[in-house]
Amino acid sequence: MGIRLRVNGVAHELDVEPDAPLLWVIRDELHLTGTKFGCGIAACGACTLHVNGKAMRSCSVRVGSVAEAEITTIEGLGGGGLSPVQQAWIEHQVPQCGYCQSGMIMAVSAFLATNPTPTDDQLAAAITNICRCGTLPRIRAAVRTLAAGKGAGAAG
Amino acid sequence: MTRRKFLIGGTTVAGGLIVGYGLWPSGRLARANLLAAKPGERFLANWIKIGRDDIITVVVPHCDMGTGVFTSLSQMAAEELDADWAKVRAETAPADPLFANGPLAEGFGLEQMQITGDSIPGFLRATAANSFRVIAEYMDLQTTGGSASVRMTGVYGMRIAGASVREMLVQAAAARLHAPLRALRTESSRVIHLPSGQSFSYGELAAEAARYSPSAHPKLKARSAYSLVGRPVPRLDIPAKVKGATQYGIDTQLPNLCYGAIRISPVFGGKLVSVNDSAVAEHRGVKKIVRLDDAVVVVADRFWRARDAVGALEPVFDHGGNGDVSSKSIRDRHLAALNDAKIKQEHVTGAGAEALKNATVVERIYNVPYLAHAPMEPVNATALYKPEGTLEIWAGTQDGLGSRRFCAKTAGLDVEKVTFHLLPSGGGFGRRLPDLWNFLSYAVKVSMALPDVPVKLIFTREQDMQHDFYRPNVTSRFRAAVNQDGIPVAWVNDYTTDDDPNQEAHIFYGVPNQAYRAAKITTHVPTGPWRSVEASWHGFFIESFLDELAHQAHRDPLEYRRALLADKPRHLATLNLAAEQAGWGTPLSPGCARGIAMVECFGTIVAHVAEVEVSQDGAVKVHRFTSAADCGMAVNPDGFRAQMESGVIFGLSAALYGEITINRGAVVEQNFPDYEVVRLAQCPTIEVHMHESDAPLGGAGEPGIPPVAPALTNAIFAATGVRIRELPVMKHALAQAARG
Repeated sequence: MGIRLRVNGVAHELDVEPDAPLLWVIRDELHLTGTKFGCGIAACGACTLHVNGKAMRSCSVRVGSVAEAEITTIEGLGGGGLSPVQQAWIEHQVPQCGYCQSGMIMAVSAFLATNPTPTDDQLAAAITNICRCGTLPRIRAAVRTLAAGKGAGAAG
Repeated sequence: MTRRKFLIGGTTVAGGLIVGYGLWPSGRLARANLLAAKPGERFLANWIKIGRDDIITVVVPHCDMGTGVFTSLSQMAAEELDADWAKVRAETAPADPLFANGPLAEGFGLEQMQITGDSIPGFLRATAANSFRVIAEYMDLQTTGGSASVRMTGVYGMRIAGASVREMLVQAAAARLHAPLRALRTESSRVIHLPSGQSFSYGELAAEAARYSPSAHPKLKARSAYSLVGRPVPRLDIPAKVKGATQYGIDTQLPNLCYGAIRISPVFGGKLVSVNDSAVAEHRGVKKIVRLDDAVVVVADRFWRARDAVGALEPVFDHGGNGDVSSKSIRDRHLAALNDAKIKQEHVTGAGAEALKNATVVERIYNVPYLAHAPMEPVNATALYKPEGTLEIWAGTQDGLGSRRFCAKTAGLDVEKVTFHLLPSGGGFGRRLPDLWNFLSYAVKVSMALPDVPVKLIFTREQDMQHDFYRPNVTSRFRAAVNQDGIPVAWVNDYTTDDDPNQEAHIFYGVPNQAYRAAKITTHVPTGPWRSVEASWHGFFIESFLDELAHQAHRDPLEYRRALLADKPRHLATLNLAAEQAGWGTPLSPGCARGIAMVECFGTIVAHVAEVEVSQDGAVKVHRFTSAADCGMAVNPDGFRAQMESGVIFGLSAALYGEITINRGAVVEQNFPDYEVVRLAQCPTIEVHMHESDAPLGGAGEPGIPPVAPALTNAIFAATGVRIRELPVMKHALAQAARG
């Protein structure tokens, strides 16, 4: 009797407690280490991944609550290549230490799926992830570029 | 002088010229190839490998903690090498004495001696440079700190290595063609024979070139000839980082890996008294409970199981005699120390404090609190001890070689029995420097309690925040005598320190009589270097007091500073650039105001103009930071700009919110909600402007931070009339003072 988990399109059956944190199951059972531990209390967003397309802070999600859901981590985001958000991150040279960036990219990707042309204020209200290196101005600039592309009807 | 002081002690005089280069004797190349060259690659000199496939790898004796030095150092080597940048890669140097950072020792050595290469006679230069290599080995020097990577390793190391390897490649081509050296030139990783047009790739020539000895004095390019240095090339590390593919210390994977979770005595210096083992008897996956002197660790097969179990143990600690210490009691001790008649004078100019007599004296006291580093990757280390007496460690630190020595010492093993794998760090900011390695020490001890089992010890955020080595709590009391124009003629600064006197206390402004006195205070709270070190507090103190003097004299703070910078053209130009770009003096909306501040730190001058708004309810909104910097020349201008943006945000987080509070001997703050930082909603617009000069290259990672807090509080004063003399801003009520 295990927990069934679907991550990046692959089904797993895992022998873990239902109340184990999704973050640590993803990292320590599935060895997908792109999703990071930052605070353990959903305060920083380093562990953000997608559950059925919605951004969630996986350190505070019990694995039992997302069995059968479709989970996507940074490793599965670009489908083998780079997603538009990842490309914009390179274009704007966003990362510094890079540790929070998986979570940032996952949070921004889910947000842009619901609001492809956000204002700066809408972005700031939605994305509360912490970056200690201070890449925030470049995150804002990268999202502006992505939004401008959408606004002009460009392919995303 | 302590090792730490040697490395990251603040100092302002930079050695400007090269004294040669401690290049490896040829026997060392063979050893380097054994240690760190893959098939098809070979070392030609320190730090540079060339493969048969033309790939040039720069082996970097630093950690990657986010500042982009792997890229900028590779640019410096590739520039002198005339390399095709598309074929340049960078990798971390092994934590082996062979890769000790001689150029770093040389740079700091010259700086501490306050000499330049010119002061050393030519015939002694190679000897001196070799001595620095030996010193680096002796000191296990592979440190990343002091904003030193480009200005030391790059200036004294990488560009000389690149230039000498280029000469070796040319020699090899000349021998092949029986052509004179002057008939050959290099371009885009090829040596070209000018008369015939025949050319060879570097990869083709590498094996033959390796037979020549690298020169310690190769011909270096003039700045005007640079084509790669000074270009904003994309960083080499970023593609892996956007894919989540970079393997940090915390991502270490090993067969049969177990996980450790720690609980350390909340009161620093407290000892472990008891744990309730039976509480975890039924916990799944628990392998062992390791009792240490001041901590307890649970090792389990998964991290969350270890973490839950260590909490359930309900460990009891004593207070080590420090149970009564509080932030307030520490503050009182600092104030008392400044009034101690025995306080030691550390620096004086002109008549010093005597010049205060019979003058109008202005006196002010400032204070900054303890701060945590709080890197995004909580500190951690993975260790594997084998009963035959070997130890292997994987971690992100700011000194691979020093870490190896430290782990060997902790384990009581010869350093040869210890392997240290230096991995990228999810932020450092000083937290991973030598002397701050509690996470290595605990990991080693735990691994020795479980031989043959690799254990990854991870601090939770709460343990990371409560067992840091904090930016010190510092108090400073200024007294100034001013003339009839309100200009200071005497400047006296008494400050507390938990270390040696602070060179960063000394001002560059033209005040004829100065005196500095340092009162040493130590408490049980562990402290350590925090990004920008001494300048992080003295910058706030000096630039706040100067602003107060300007306002007291009813003079514009910009114009007032200009008047004191008559013989400092670089400082003046940097200040003016920030002010012009910020539109200093132009009208702003009601409730908004500007503040200006400038600090020199690690060879780089940075001026910020902050534009803030204080609402009627006292909320502070930082709209814009306009920054100007003179670092001589930026090796990678976009990377430099990123470091200035980083400095503004790091500095703002500290100035607005940062405070580690001590109560009953322990840290009160536990996690990010209690230790708030700037997020997107608080992030101002940041503009960075460069003032290029012919000065020696300055640092990038730290100098942006010190002027942030005073620019902010000077702007808050301009907006409200409230002078903030104690950080953080958050603890001051500004509501009543705010003007509509």
